[in-house]
Amino acid sequence: MTVAVSVLPAQQLAALNEAYSKAVARKRLRLTLATAVFFAALVIASVGAEVNLRTLFTYFGHFVSYFDRILTLEDGTRVWTNIPEWLWGWKKWSLLLGETILISYVGTLSGAVLAFAFNFLAAENTAPAPWLRFTVKRLMEFCRTVPDIVFALIFVIAFGLGPMAGVLAITIHSIGALGKQYAEIVENIDMKPVEGVRSTGAGWMSCMRFAVLPQVAAGFASYTLLRFEINVRGASVMGFVGAGGIGQELVVAIRKFYYSDVSAILLLIILTVFVIDIGTGWIRGRLFGKDRHA
Amino acid sequence: MTKFPIPDFQELRVRYPGVFDRPVSSRLAIPSVVLGAFAVFVVGLVHLGFSPARMLAGLHQLGWITLMMIPPDPGSSLRLYLTALGETLSIALLGTTLAAVFALPVSLLAARNIVPSNIFRFPIRRFLDSIRGVDTLIWALVWINVVGLGPFAGVLAIGVSDFGAFGKLFSEAIEAADRKQVEGIRASGGNALHEIRFGLMPQVLPVIAGQMLYFFESNTRSATIIGIVGAGGIGLQLAEQIRVLEWQHVSFLILMVLIAVAAIDWISGKLRFAIIGRRAIA
Repeated sequence: MTVAVSVLPAQQLAALNEAYSKAVARKRLRLTLATAVFFAALVIASVGAEVNLRTLFTYFGHFVSYFDRILTLEDGTRVWTNIPEWLWGWKKWSLLLGETILISYVGTLSGAVLAFAFNFLAAENTAPAPWLRFTVKRLMEFCRTVPDIVFALIFVIAFGLGPMAGVLAITIHSIGALGKQYAEIVENIDMKPVEGVRSTGAGWMSCMRFAVLPQVAAGFASYTLLRFEINVRGASVMGFVGAGGIGQELVVAIRKFYYSDVSAILLLIILTVFVIDIGTGWIRGRLFGKDRHA
Repeated sequence: MTKFPIPDFQELRVRYPGVFDRPVSSRLAIPSVVLGAFAVFVVGLVHLGFSPARMLAGLHQLGWITLMMIPPDPGSSLRLYLTALGETLSIALLGTTLAAVFALPVSLLAARNIVPSNIFRFPIRRFLDSIRGVDTLIWALVWINVVGLGPFAGVLAIGVSDFGAFGKLFSEAIEAADRKQVEGIRASGGNALHEIRFGLMPQVLPVIAGQMLYFFESNTRSATIIGIVGAGGIGLQLAEQIRVLEWQHVSFLILMVLIAVAAIDWISGKLRFAIIGRRAIA
């Protein structure tokens, strides 16, 4: 069945069209202006960042062939045809990967514990005093804005080369990042259970333990697991500045052009990150059920 | 004040045994997990070479370094540092844009409601995952091998690693889009491209713009980091000044980064509000 759509008479249509184009014109103008500003910023940025498309096009072949080279063994065969030769250092590398995971584990855990201690001072509804809240919040901001690898660089000088600097850098960064997320969770809790517990005559500690903690524990655990995942990635490059883990081995392989080693180490890192992702995802699923993937 | 009657626990215990007597396994679960986590923690501390003596010496050293940092002072290289900061911001902006431009078409292919078949989607998703699995710093090292030292390598590194993240986020935004508007376009006779352009994009673009702004902010930090391995920007200066132990310069550079990130945070927040409105963020 076809229904004829009645077309408005030309006069009415013209009036409507005019109103429409007037309404749209402002929006279009703003969009055009925003686009122009954006492109101007891009052009300025490309000058600032020494973008050279000619270099890119000349050397883009290098980028592609780089992957060709890292997937080729020294005798000219593909890496996957001779896996024992490709992964010749797997014992050493898996030990270093274990160290990487350990660095992020220790760093995340100590960061989480400290963030847990501080977050009640930073959350609006549990902070004892406004000035304290302000100070703690700024401190956390500082901890998470300065990249962890910058902390690692400084700690390597203070604490000496080795994983300790990496752990401390990750700890500091986790305090900042987790403290903020924890405090946001605490700010979002339902205060009624707290009132309920308080009305039974309980003290502050009991309020926190029996009214606040049950509400926030799941969120805290979820964010901590996510942070652990992120920190595994972060710890894999800590070695670039001498702060332990697999990064040291990788940077040596890249700088000295041990091509097949680069791909082998990268493969192991990617696999580890996958396994950690899947593992923490599984734990989160077990803890909070399928529907809550916060 | 009325005195509350003391409940008869004995009777309650008999009436609700489940509340008082949890099975041993569930009561032991939390302490054993905590104990296990703590044991691994201690093993980690020992294995990673922590010792109270090293800790004390390091803290002492750190305190001394902190004292040396005050007051922050750029010396005679303020101009150089400002240029480097500009370079870092340029790297962040160009890297984010590059990533978004390339990620948009790929994310369409990775979205379930655009390409229902699994054949494309699965490999694309895994491909994006592997790109994300490699840290920006590693990409920077690879690109330095290809285009040489300098900020351009940084742009490409951020572009590649954010490509992975954007591809995933954009495709999730597309999957979350409302079906009805697409159906409306189809009902009025639009083809598949029209559906994407008029049904999907108006819903998805604000989300994408918000994510780009957010990533621009976080990339300012990443751009600082990749400078440390030689990809230009303020990170290069920072790493150099740390290596030569010019602590006043170091603290000045860190302050510059903090201020720049805070400024971008503020600006991008304003822009996000302007683009998607207050409601969508809160």
